[in-house]
Amino acid sequence: MDQEDEQAPAAQPRTPSRRSTVLGLATVAGIAAVDVGGFLYVSGRLTPGKLTPARLADGFETTFGKHAGFRRNHAKGVSVSGHFTGNGAGSAVSTATVFESGRRSPVTGRFSLSGGVPDVADTATTVRGLGLRFSLPDGEQWRTAMINIPVFLDSTPRGFYDRMLAFKKVPATGKPDPAKAAAFLAGHPETVKAMKIVKKHPPTSGFADSTYHGLNAFHLTNSSGHMVPVRWSMVPVQQARPAAAKPPEDRDQLFNTLVTTVDAGSLRWRLMLTIGLPGDQLDDATVPWPDSRRQIDAGTLTLDNVQTEAEGNGRDVNFDPLVLPQGIEPSDDPLLSARSAVYAQSFARRSGEPAGTSAVNVSQVLDA
Amino acid sequence: MPDVDTGNIPAPAPAVEAPAQFTLFSRWLHWAMAIMIVAMLFIGAAMVASLADYHLLLAVHRPLGVGVLVLGVIRLVNRFTSRLPPHPKSMGSAERRAATLSEYALYALMLSQPLIGWGMVSASGTPLKLFGPVRLPAVLPHDPGLYAVLNDMHMVLGYALFLLFTVHMLAVLFHTLVLRDRLLDRMALWKVQRKKH
Ligand code: HEM
Ligand code: HEM
Ligand code: HEM
Repeated sequence: MDQEDEQAPAAQPRTPSRRSTVLGLATVAGIAAVDVGGFLYVSGRLTPGKLTPARLADGFETTFGKHAGFRRNHAKGVSVSGHFTGNGAGSAVSTATVFESGRRSPVTGRFSLSGGVPDVADTATTVRGLGLRFSLPDGEQWRTAMINIPVFLDSTPRGFYDRMLAFKKVPATGKPDPAKAAAFLAGHPETVKAMKIVKKHPPTSGFADSTYHGLNAFHLTNSSGHMVPVRWSMVPVQQARPAAAKPPEDRDQLFNTLVTTVDAGSLRWRLMLTIGLPGDQLDDATVPWPDSRRQIDAGTLTLDNVQTEAEGNGRDVNFDPLVLPQGIEPSDDPLLSARSAVYAQSFARRSGEPAGTSAVNVSQVLDA
Repeated sequence: MPDVDTGNIPAPAPAVEAPAQFTLFSRWLHWAMAIMIVAMLFIGAAMVASLADYHLLLAVHRPLGVGVLVLGVIRLVNRFTSRLPPHPKSMGSAERRAATLSEYALYALMLSQPLIGWGMVSASGTPLKLFGPVRLPAVLPHDPGLYAVLNDMHMVLGYALFLLFTVHMLAVLFHTLVLRDRLLDRMALWKVQRKKH
């Protein structure tokens, strides 16, 4: 319909008094200010000190440099695939189909080293990561990103950000500024405690014999609606060996070894669900749960294929820890929402940049 | 017609009398959607700036946005099938044209914005959860490059929609509070009697 065609016989403007005009204008201006100001405020633009997902992603770029096309953290990696077979034990605590007895779910994954430098030299102490995406019936998915340390070093995203900047390597020495690092630790007893626990769990020889921990707590709900807290880990079936005492000779040694072992056969892990009890920390990943907690072996992960990062494989997946199937829900751990937000930032940034060439090239490793 | 002096005798309504207001259905749709869209704009801007509430706000943003899409389609059909009240005399022809154009632009944005949201979540390869087990199917293939483009568009058009809504609201308030032509009455949820001045 066209409003132009019709004549306009409706209410005529009254001739407003000067006072009411001024009042009217002031009201309009006031509403404009609340509207625009409110919008700018919620978008974080009026509070430069507030830590936002974009500012946290910027922090990675400040710390590690900007590497177009790569993840802002865990930049160096290789894509893998395989499947997970549930054994039914997890169904006692969760309705998630992934746990069903005998169900075989295709898995896309990615092994990585922490840090934002995509061609960083492998060292035994650099934190190792494993991202997994389980494809479930009807387009459902479960994604998780895990690391090989038993607790996380920070309980809040702010702690993570401040630690990252405090431990940023000084170009001249290649080491963090000792004064800044000490100042950070002085204000973060939870990090100091967590570092002590990490020290007691030295890394294994490589990616294949590492245990990967989800660290953040979640909730599982079973078919009778009963809810329990959970933390999960992938425990290697491969015999774990201690890391070599001397640093690797080749800058890609850990990845090269992974590539040749997956190529020669397959690697397996058991998914262990650790069930929390009342009083266990659900919102602080720096605090371990007692060893006595009930553990459920929920099935076996088999990784039997490894690929150079490329279109359509693990490279293109955002291993957002809050992509969860029915039967698994997030806890109140503040890291979870923060991770989801920052992974989305990192994913959007790298997806909009020309793809980088991965330092780990599977065919080159196998041809060598 | 209302400008005809009918004294105190209620005139029998002429068969083709132009309406003084949008239809009741249009008015309800307008206000329901105004609340929803303004909420969507603020939720969207807040969630991309929030580490703590990102997940929760996004869980509200998705189904609410799909609600805007559904109501928006109904509203578009309604706009082309219902009779609109003529513009008030206080508006000149250029202003009328601008008002109508801006209304079309509001329609374009309120419909494209949720479609882009749907498309971008599809292109990211993430299942689109609405509530509980209810999910929407992907409308685009998993393609990070496409995701990045749509993500930028969603931001730019989201901000454009915010600006246009703001101008629209301020224009209506200017008419109502400064020019005092009772423009707001045309969208009022209650029945407004035409008055002679
Ligand atoms: C607030 C704390 C954290 C922040 C800010 C953070 C940030 C990031 C970012 C920006 C990425 C890159 C995402 C992408 O582009 O796809 C990433 C990847 C990763 N993060 Fe975190 N992270 C945090 C905590 C954790 C925790 C607690 C774990 C382990 C339990 C973890 C494990 C991983 C892994 C394994 C990857 C690599 C996944 C992949 O291959 O894509 N992160 N992290
Ligand atoms: C009336 C409809 C909608 C409006 C007005 C709207 C508005 C917005 C705004 C203003 C933002 C913040 C943009 C930025 O500053 O980066 C945003 C982000 C977002 N919107 Fe919407 N949106 C709508 C519908 C949808 C729908 C239907 C979906 C998905 C089903 C969706 C998914 C998203 C996602 C995932 C983000 C965050 C992207 C990120 O983390 O970078 N939106 N939206
Ligand atoms: C995002 C929010 C809003 C949108 C998308 C929107 C959209 C529209 C559209 C498209 C129309 C034309 C009628 C139709 O087709 O439905 C309209 C008319 C109108 N709107 Fe809004 N509107 C919004 C918010 C507001 C607000 C907050 C006010 C209050 C000041 C307002 C007051 C009006 C009035 C009074 C009319 C009738 C204008 C006339 O007489 O022609 N709108 N709006």
